[in-house]
Amino acid sequence: MSEMAGRISGRFPRLIRRADPAVVTAFGCILLLLLLGSLYSSNFLSLDYLLQQLKVASFLGVIAAGMMLVILLGHIDLSIPWVMTAGAMMACAAAGFGAVGAALAIPFGVLCGVAFGLVNGVGVAYLRIPSMIVTLATNVVAQGLMVVYTGGFSPQDSAPPAVRWLATGFVVPGLPNAVLVWLAVSGAMVFLLGRTSLGRTIYGIGNSERAAYLSGVSTRRVVMIAFAVCGGLAAFGGILLAGYSSKAAQAMGDAYLLPSIAAVVLGGTSILGGRGSYLGTVAGVILITLLQSILSVMQMPEAGRQIIYGVVIVAMLLFYGRAPASR
Amino acid sequence: MKDWRYRLADQRGTLIALALFLLMFTIYIANHPAGLTANVAQTAANKGVLLAFIAMAQALVVITAGIDLSVGMIFLLTNCLASWIVVGAPVPTALGVAGVLIAGMVCGAINGLLVIYGRLQPIVATIATGAVYFGIALLLRPFPGGSVNEDLADVFTGKLFGVVPSSLVALAAVVLLVWLPFRRSEIGRAAYAAGSSESAAFMSGVPIRRGKFAAYTLAGLLAAVGGLFLTFFTYTGEAAYASGNGYTLWSIAAVVLGGVSLYGGKGSAVGAIFGAFAARTTGDMLFVFDVDPLWQPLLQGIVLMLAVSIGAFGLLRVRNRLEWFG
Repeated sequence: MSEMAGRISGRFPRLIRRADPAVVTAFGCILLLLLLGSLYSSNFLSLDYLLQQLKVASFLGVIAAGMMLVILLGHIDLSIPWVMTAGAMMACAAAGFGAVGAALAIPFGVLCGVAFGLVNGVGVAYLRIPSMIVTLATNVVAQGLMVVYTGGFSPQDSAPPAVRWLATGFVVPGLPNAVLVWLAVSGAMVFLLGRTSLGRTIYGIGNSERAAYLSGVSTRRVVMIAFAVCGGLAAFGGILLAGYSSKAAQAMGDAYLLPSIAAVVLGGTSILGGRGSYLGTVAGVILITLLQSILSVMQMPEAGRQIIYGVVIVAMLLFYGRAPASR
Repeated sequence: MKDWRYRLADQRGTLIALALFLLMFTIYIANHPAGLTANVAQTAANKGVLLAFIAMAQALVVITAGIDLSVGMIFLLTNCLASWIVVGAPVPTALGVAGVLIAGMVCGAINGLLVIYGRLQPIVATIATGAVYFGIALLLRPFPGGSVNEDLADVFTGKLFGVVPSSLVALAAVVLLVWLPFRRSEIGRAAYAAGSSESAAFMSGVPIRRGKFAAYTLAGLLAAVGGLFLTFFTYTGEAAYASGNGYTLWSIAAVVLGGVSLYGGKGSAVGAIFGAFAARTTGDMLFVFDVDPLWQPLLQGIVLMLAVSIGAFGLLRVRNRLEWFG
């Protein structure tokens, strides 16, 4: 009995000691936001509201998961907005081809995202072009393709029922499917980053690609795969978002690029790569979604929302995201 | 190697950008129904200088191995501010212009402080400040509107002596008054040194903090000049998120086309200007070749993709594979 108690008490401090301060702070900030929100209205602590927020957060969560892989490598993906849109539009388009099309809608959309991700990956890994500029170019190309495809207007075809069900339906009563999808993606990410050699290699490359290469890792292939996964997840996030709003629209991805980067960084992942935990990214996603939601519930005009949003990110980064003093 | 060959190698990026621009502009003019008239040159210049100013701003920061993702938002903010205060009699107008430029410098200085003394990564810090600047722009102009001293605007968007586009003259003046003194000063060299190797520069006693701070502040100033010109062209202020974002992204593209290394320490703002002109001419070329406007973004993207892929030829010269990981 006493031995058991000793083991537990011995375990807890280690858990706390091992916890990333950034992750703890991010979760602390979430609680603080909820507390501040509940002072404004008691609805903020209701289960309905919290589930609704998780549902909205799941789109950003899926996208941020992919972004995190790329940031862990020390790169960045600026092609999120139009890869998302392309994925959503292609999934909606595929659904137009009868029963087979409807069944393949989601895989087809994700595949389109993977294709754009592969272009990014080849550019970054094999052609050694800075990721910022390759992904920027891919974004413009994806935008161009979608503009040509839609003829300059929003497409008429709306999200197929399967996609809507995935985003808004319920398998488990009370728990939206989008949250389940996010949970599944999160489980896969935790497994990938912690338990597979691919995941450990990603951390290694983020720390020193040179060292990883000299240890026999085919670093270029790993970088390419990471970008492809990021593209696929971005497209998948776009598809979920299309299911939520029941159609794919041209500018739907614009509002997701900066929050996805901010969520990863607020979660304690170093933008230089090699350091960060997936739990932190989850915290960052929830934090950003809550912040946006509370500001809009308080009927803050868009201008004030942007200002507070920016100031909060800067303040939190100054609090725990600073680079070490080098000298 | 002789002295001049080093100097030539130093300017290679700028010269390639100039050649690229001249090639594209020649094709454009050769296919333009009116040929190279003063009016065609004026329109092309007015379209080009906006991105050129933003690209110069971006180049200053990129030279220090940083990046400024808020330039487009500073551009919008100063545009909205100018649509309020650059009005009326000559004296208030002049004060207004000064106010707009100072506002831009303050925005740039805030970025610099956060990056240098706050030790934040430039990418995320400027994303966040960009949101703040956009919010302020939206506060100033929730709806497009406002006005500007139209006499002043017409002077800067018209033609000098009926031939030379005055916006180009203004761009040249900014290069002479802001860029060249910066490049030749100790501070400017410190900015280059900080971008090239921060620790080596620090060990050699180079004032890297002052150099970087000056680069960020001047970037704000140049973005404000761009915002001022946008107001001169449109006579209004508008806080359009997509437009600000677009300018930020295209400024990075222009900087890369202009031979400025994203890893810092290499290139010049003059190269970025030609990069910006080249990027703008792509759009114009599609117009003279009568391409369906729907295809314009796609073709622009493909041109951009090809242009940045050219840098990959450098890989063929690599003897030691470890140089891949620079």
